[in-house]
Amino acid sequence: MSILVNNDTRLIVQGITGREGSFHTAQMIEYGTHVVGGVTPGKGGEWVHSKPVFDTVQKAVDATGANASIIYVPAAHAADAIYEAINAQIALIVCITEGIPIQDMMHIYEYIQYTNSRLIGPNCPGLLIPNQVKIGIIPGYIAIPGSVGVVSRSGTLTYEIVYTLTQAGIGQTACVGIGGDPVIGTDFVDVLKMFEEDPETEKIVMIGEIGGRTEVDAAEFIKGYMTKPVVAFIAGNSAPTGIRMGHAGAIIENGTGTVQEKIQALQAAGVRVASNPESIPELLN
Amino acid sequence: MNLHEYQSKARFAEFGIPVLPGKVASTPQQVYEIARELGDKVVIKAQIPTPNRAQMGGILFAENPKQAENLANSLLGSVIGGLIIRKVLVNPTISIRQEIYLGMTNDRTTSKPMLIASREGGRDIIEVARTSPSLIFRDTINPCIGLRDYQVRSIASNIDLPNEYWKTFLQITYSLYTCFVASDAVLAEINPLVITTDNRLLALDSKLIIDDNALYRHTDLAEMYDNDGESDQEARARAAGISYVRLDGQIGCMANGAGLAMTTIDMIHRYGDESIGPANFLDIGGGAQSKTVATALGIMLADPHVKVVLLNIFGGITRCDEVAGGILRALDETKANLPLIVRLAGTNASEARQMIDSAQLPNLTSTATLTEAARQAIASAKGMN
Repeated sequence: MSILVNNDTRLIVQGITGREGSFHTAQMIEYGTHVVGGVTPGKGGEWVHSKPVFDTVQKAVDATGANASIIYVPAAHAADAIYEAINAQIALIVCITEGIPIQDMMHIYEYIQYTNSRLIGPNCPGLLIPNQVKIGIIPGYIAIPGSVGVVSRSGTLTYEIVYTLTQAGIGQTACVGIGGDPVIGTDFVDVLKMFEEDPETEKIVMIGEIGGRTEVDAAEFIKGYMTKPVVAFIAGNSAPTGIRMGHAGAIIENGTGTVQEKIQALQAAGVRVASNPESIPELLN
Repeated sequence: MNLHEYQSKARFAEFGIPVLPGKVASTPQQVYEIARELGDKVVIKAQIPTPNRAQMGGILFAENPKQAENLANSLLGSVIGGLIIRKVLVNPTISIRQEIYLGMTNDRTTSKPMLIASREGGRDIIEVARTSPSLIFRDTINPCIGLRDYQVRSIASNIDLPNEYWKTFLQITYSLYTCFVASDAVLAEINPLVITTDNRLLALDSKLIIDDNALYRHTDLAEMYDNDGESDQEARARAAGISYVRLDGQIGCMANGAGLAMTTIDMIHRYGDESIGPANFLDIGGGAQSKTVATALGIMLADPHVKVVLLNIFGGITRCDEVAGGILRALDETKANLPLIVRLAGTNASEARQMIDSAQLPNLTSTATLTEAARQAIASAKGMN
């Protein structure tokens, strides 16, 4: 089954009793995700949507055999929730939370390298395997099964593009939102590699944005290692410079981060780059 | 969040970075008093976050307190780089032997803090990076281990700092790193760090930018926020948790999510021409309720440059019926009758369209796709020119 998840994926929801956690737990169960329980400190013993709630991730793992976690915990407590999941040896951790301080994320980024856990996000919509599994908040009805893998730094723009594909009759193997924060657990290259190795995925759509150089790294990876065709869209072509990128950021990246530069790098790697998200289906043909 | 120079300097001093004595003033009279106290010759520095403020006349030197007062009189209230000068920092003048750049930032490529230094201090570091990149030295810091002595020695050697200053340089660099971490900064910069003719190292200018996401645990820093130069629209947006950036055009654009908001603007550029452009970037964020939508629309409608409004919402967490409710509420409150192009897709889109249709607003057009919405908005804006 596609990438990142399989039939043995057993999911717990950290923050299951909260407004968003509870709402999206229902949505995920309805979509067919194997949700085995949830965690809210101090609410162990309660039930949400017929799933048991535990005080700690370790207790949830011990009782349910969970191997994946989704985090809907507020920003001030989200870093702690990620550490808790890592230390309970959860293999796949998806963090939806927006607004985690960057220094917290840099510590997590460093720490997780020494473990067997993979983090997706934070500040991401999660992942969706059409008609099978949804871990996150991507609306289920926008996707249909097929052979195109979608990976994106954006949230709603991903929905827009996946829906465009679906309406054009182009189905997807998986839709993965890696998140828009400066420090994230899984980047374009990680997911591109998974799609390249996934026998069900034939083509890939990659959705990037201004800032940073992760799309340029992706272009280098595509050029060097990928055999499957990639179509890309990069948002922010007309964004004014200097608003988002701080001084020092521009120095480190030596002026990188503009859409033009990303497009050039991707085109040089043989990627077809769409100038309008609604023209992506044509470029996949 | 950007701190002013005088605020950053005070923070740096708390962490043991040597700075000049100085005081901030908002009237010429105060400048006169401070100049007398500091001993006649002073430098008056406009408190605005502009990298080249010296070249733009934002840094002035006075020989005596009376001249300082006169110069402050001309500087306070004047505009440099589009910003009104409301405060000045007054420091004694010193005699400089060398200017160094020393900065700490977060490197996106390695996801680690990064130390940056150059012997070409005192000018815009981006300019140095462009003209003489070989003079800029960087080292990443493992956040779990922290800054190590050898890294500072390596930088000191690379920037050809004379050995007699290494010990002080080490202390300053450690203080800067500690301040950077303890403040949840995304940038902590000393430019220039000077060597004076009497052989002292001093932070002459300072810059501290704090991670907005971390302000909740730094109430002392959050209180320093100065909304100088912020427009009413920007202040309203910030209070409502809306990302808003004013642009030059006439089509007010609103979307949910930064990527979608950027793409909406991109589409205006793609299908428009020189005469037509987006009036703003506006992201209402995820899960916005009708109140936020109404506020966002109100912000755009209050901008006299806005001739047409384009709303592009793809519902996920955000429900389109909430958005429609907000649109109707804002239109009812403002009685605005400019053309409104609405494109709603995703969660509860059909309910939303029903709400909008039954309101029977003559100035509102619903479209199915983004391309169509952009073309429609451009055509409306052109029709009004």
